[in-house]
Amino acid sequence: MSIPRKLWRIHGGLHLPGHKAESMQQPITDAPVPPELILPLQQHIGNVATPIVNVGDRVLKNQIIARAEGYVSVPIHASSSGTVIAIEPRVIPHPSHLTDTCIVIATDGKDEATPVAAVLSDYRQMDPAELRNRIRDAGIVGLGGAGFPAFIKLNPGPQLKIHTLILNGAECEPYITCDAMLMQEQPRAILDGLRIMQHALHAQRCIIGIEDNKPAALQALQAALHTDEHTLIEIVAVPTLYPAGGEKQLIKTLTGLEVPSHQLPASVGVICHNVATAYSIAQAISHQQPLIERIVTVAGPAIPKACNYRVRLGTPMKYLIEHTGASPSLPARLIMGGPMMGFAINDLQTPVIKTTNCLLALTSQELPKTQFELPCIRCGECARACPAQLLPQQLFWHAHAKDFDKIQDFNLFDCIECGCCSYVCPSHIPLVQYYRFAKTEIWAKEREKSKSDIARQRHEFHLQRLERKKREDEERKRKKKEMLDKVTQTDSAADAKKAAIAAALQRAQAKKATQASPQNVEHLSEQQRQQIDEIDKRRANPSTVASQPGKDNES
Amino acid sequence: MLAAILALAILAIIFGLLLGYGAIKFKVEGDPVVDQIDAILPQTQCGQCTFAGCRPYAEAIAKGEADINQCPPGGETVILALADLLGRDPKPLNAEHGTHGEKTVVIIDEQVCIGCTLCIQACPVDAILGAAKHMHTVIKSECTGCNLCIPPCPVDCIHIVPVGTTLQTWTWPSPRDEHVHSA
Repeated sequence: MSIPRKLWRIHGGLHLPGHKAESMQQPITDAPVPPELILPLQQHIGNVATPIVNVGDRVLKNQIIARAEGYVSVPIHASSSGTVIAIEPRVIPHPSHLTDTCIVIATDGKDEATPVAAVLSDYRQMDPAELRNRIRDAGIVGLGGAGFPAFIKLNPGPQLKIHTLILNGAECEPYITCDAMLMQEQPRAILDGLRIMQHALHAQRCIIGIEDNKPAALQALQAALHTDEHTLIEIVAVPTLYPAGGEKQLIKTLTGLEVPSHQLPASVGVICHNVATAYSIAQAISHQQPLIERIVTVAGPAIPKACNYRVRLGTPMKYLIEHTGASPSLPARLIMGGPMMGFAINDLQTPVIKTTNCLLALTSQELPKTQFELPCIRCGECARACPAQLLPQQLFWHAHAKDFDKIQDFNLFDCIECGCCSYVCPSHIPLVQYYRFAKTEIWAKEREKSKSDIARQRHEFHLQRLERKKREDEERKRKKKEMLDKVTQTDSAADAKKAAIAAALQRAQAKKATQASPQNVEHLSEQQRQQIDEIDKRRANPSTVASQPGKDNES
Repeated sequence: MLAAILALAILAIIFGLLLGYGAIKFKVEGDPVVDQIDAILPQTQCGQCTFAGCRPYAEAIAKGEADINQCPPGGETVILALADLLGRDPKPLNAEHGTHGEKTVVIIDEQVCIGCTLCIQACPVDAILGAAKHMHTVIKSECTGCNLCIPPCPVDCIHIVPVGTTLQTWTWPSPRDEHVHSA
């Protein structure tokens, strides 16, 4: 074991009942491939992927079915072999319960994979750019929850030096155990992924932060560590305190560094990735295995035997829940994510996506009683609990009053929506809901503003164009009038007629002069030439026009 | 006595020159209030306020010739923002000018369109693409939903469709409003 390192304490936080043991009784189980896979085009933060298959196409497992669009995007792969039966809007896991375009695959049960190309799989011989491309092509996003494309977090840019790479295995939310089980079962692969990331970032040290309520995971990783690596990779137990697994909170706990407001951890020389992301990266680089499955904790009082499943992405939640042996009817409430930060799922046909870490099924007994929001009594509990050191009460007032300028003065966008403030509020005010409302409302306002700015520009251009057209028309009219005036200004109509006749005559003569030059005069005898000259002289005499074609012949 | 008058006179001349210089040097082109009002208006250029666009309406408000409650696309938000900016009392939207509704855009039924270009000329933001006797189409992302293209269309092939909510434009509901609804 390494020397215990100094840890820093984060502000606020809560000690919550863990409920983790329930789903850790059994090893990770493979969930079967469902008859229908629903793969949303948007499974992560960033640009929506573009489908590259058509309805009716046969696809193989691991085949790319939608390509990345723009920089902040990753491709989507088929999770199993089968036929594309639809590309249509389906309900996706999102708090809005909206539909979005999904690629629907009817699986054929063969689970036939694309052939694996025999390419270099030793990461030590690859440069960081190639590693990033491979990680991007494998469709890997942050599996901790937010789903930010992982390759971007391995590219901090030339001006930022990364000294510490943190692997986040804290998994602080109750019920969720997918990362803990993965650490217990696949410590070697996780460490491989960490080494790959370290190689890509040239980080000087790596820290794996794990909450101290997961001793088995800690032990497994320690045992898997090579003996010569203790100086490079540290495995650290952090105190169990929700939300210790928040990115900024974990960085604070492990390094004492605070990430400034509106900035990324890279600005203080730290990059933080989730352990499941590290595992996927190892799979992608060492085995050319794209991200087509993930570990999902299925737990909650409505599930008789809570367990972690290795689930193909796109599996409908209904299929997964039925597979656990739970009653097929809708649980009173199904939550994707944990009880603190998750959101309710209304439609059981919603698929599991890259960011689905947990499905929490509640029965009607566990549903929180509808508690009416009472007036704020200014007790300040929320400020004590806030891990981001914000003033939740002030944020609440301004969100309540829809004063979106003031609320930003209180750093609304530093809120990580952990839910600690709502949890401790004695007046049952759904504080996080207010902040979420304010955030999305501010974004909507910004979008509207930029749209109206464009409309203003276009309208101004439209007016300018009309103005220009009017000016041009007037100019044309004026010129035409000037021409007419010129003609009428000449002394008399007779003069004009004479002038016109003279001009016509001149034109005719000029034409004649050019046309009258004789042809076939190159090889004439002397006699012929003289004859021509005589004729020309005769011709020239009666007329005054001095056309002398003979001159040309002499040369 | 004389010294005091002289001193004051000299001071007056100096300050007068300073002010005169400042007035020329820091001259403000146009009326800044108009720009501020124009920035609040939604820029649909629909003319429902009876003016020929958002900017003329902004100018009329600044001059005191128009009230702040004549913009149906802006609705309550714009009225409140204008009231805040101008220090006036907010008032409900004047129903004479229309009602605030869901955001819409128009689409052209391309099968029916005869390519007369009348709608292109009517569009205040040049969001309709086409040429004489060729099919026209609306650039949806640039359409402000002003509906000015609808009256000139001789074959009634332009239809209003709601913009709808997408994942990108969806917003969380306010818990406060939810309580109001449930109460």
